[in-house]
Amino acid sequence: MTKNRYNIDWVVLPLLGGLAMIGIWALWSSLPGTNLPSPLKTWEASKLYILEPFAKRGELDQGILRFTWYSLVLVAKGYLLAIVIGTPLGLLLGISAMFTKSFDPIIQILRPVSPLAWLPLGLVLFQKSEPAALFTIAVCSMWPTVLNTAVGVRSVPQDYLNVARVLKLSQTKTLFKVLIPATMPYMFTGFRLSLGIAWLVIVAAEMLTGVPGVGGFLWQEYNSLIYEHIILCILTIGFVGFILDRLMSLVESRFKTI
Amino acid sequence: MAFLELKNVSKSYRSNGTVTPVLRDINLSIEQGEFVAIVGYSGSGKTTLISLIGGLIRPDTGAVTLDGVQITGPSPDSGIVFQNYSLLPWLTTYENVYLAVDQVFRDWSPAQKQAQAEKYIATVNLTPARDKRPAELSGGMRQRVSVARALSTQPRILLLDEPLSALDALTRATLQDEIARIWDQEKRTVVLITNDVDEGILLADRIIPLTHGPDATLGPAVPVDLPRPRERKAINHDPRFKHTRHQIMDFLLGAGVQNRKTVTRKLHLPDIEPEDLSYGRPSPLSQIRRGPLRSKEFKKESVEIDI
Repeated sequence: MTKNRYNIDWVVLPLLGGLAMIGIWALWSSLPGTNLPSPLKTWEASKLYILEPFAKRGELDQGILRFTWYSLVLVAKGYLLAIVIGTPLGLLLGISAMFTKSFDPIIQILRPVSPLAWLPLGLVLFQKSEPAALFTIAVCSMWPTVLNTAVGVRSVPQDYLNVARVLKLSQTKTLFKVLIPATMPYMFTGFRLSLGIAWLVIVAAEMLTGVPGVGGFLWQEYNSLIYEHIILCILTIGFVGFILDRLMSLVESRFKTI
Repeated sequence: MAFLELKNVSKSYRSNGTVTPVLRDINLSIEQGEFVAIVGYSGSGKTTLISLIGGLIRPDTGAVTLDGVQITGPSPDSGIVFQNYSLLPWLTTYENVYLAVDQVFRDWSPAQKQAQAEKYIATVNLTPARDKRPAELSGGMRQRVSVARALSTQPRILLLDEPLSALDALTRATLQDEIARIWDQEKRTVVLITNDVDEGILLADRIIPLTHGPDATLGPAVPVDLPRPRERKAINHDPRFKHTRHQIMDFLLGAGVQNRKTVTRKLHLPDIEPEDLSYGRPSPLSQIRRGPLRSKEFKKESVEIDI
């Protein structure tokens, strides 16, 4: 009985929701004077890209997963950069009140800046599209890691710090044996949120720089008036983002147990 | 000169301009190898006292000296067992103890350090739980790890800050016996902070009551002249036990009663109700996420307050 209930909740209901969404989409596309392609037309036009996901027919005409792979590689690089810079920055912010007072205002000002604003600056700084894209991803996705790590350090229980004091652990030992392990759960929450943002930024970065990838493909197909592929790209970006988030929360929950 | 001495020690806490005196005129001398229990109400500054002896905080006036040397900061000379265990949850029993050994005996070989850690884990009967993390241990076991960690650094003085007050009565009794046994083996100087007079009488050579805070001070010491080893069941009927107990209780109650009275107050309960956030609940309406519910409830309750 409960088993059935479970199937209805997790299989049937999401399916119904999806169908309803497709229904609205189909209705909208059948309105007179709209350019929105119908679900069927979208499938027809995207079939080739989905069924041969790794094909490479030309620079601008490749399977959807091949484009996704390019984007993922770029995101991975930018994201790593964000973590490598963001984690120590967050630790510093958490540990030193002076550092916080000096840099917190500037962080709060830079944090809400849109990727669309960072990208031109990246192009000015690096003069090439790929480093500019990496710069944008790193700069935009860094903040959740920075802030979560800082909060994590500040909320390390006094008991753990007392242990360090009673044992007279050195600064480095306190950092690696007490502070960092105690901050781990917060850090990983930051890492997960950062990954989500990195994946959001990729599309904007690829659109503006023309780097090949799922976002670049989307923009190029918009310019070539193939609107079906815009929908294909949106769905792909959504699915990949969802999977990345799930994977990260698996990693995160492993660190939550300590 | 006594082994551990506190002379005219006082301590107050300041926050937002108000000064709260916690301890005043604390004079205490403890001889080497002595087991002293300090008994007092909760909130009377017992933890402040042990933090002063352990060097975690500095006194406002007066001095704390160990073997003639003034204590100015935490040092391996004193091992502290905290009330809430203070184990690092990401380390196993062995690693928690080893961290302390490694820190204090820097010039030892790894094999020596390992042997030292193993020895004290065995002392508290935890060898079977050597590779378990604190989350997998019961409260009593965690406190034993904490004791093993404190002992493993071979401190000259062992400070126990209400080590057993978070445990159930049965576990507490077991651990009391174990502390007595370990003290007998190791013959260290021990200061036990507790709110349980019987626990003090069972374990200590001398019991010193702490008056009711704020602005607490130590009362006259009561020596416990019961022969060791002390049998829990036997001493309950011993007239010396009853006499000692009365002496301490009279002092504590007398000191407490003067400035306490009972009043009835309206208690504002927290104005929220917990919300069930789990998935897959039967009613579709309850699937809608709401903000916390307000409970708007008051409760009349009699409480004891300080005047």
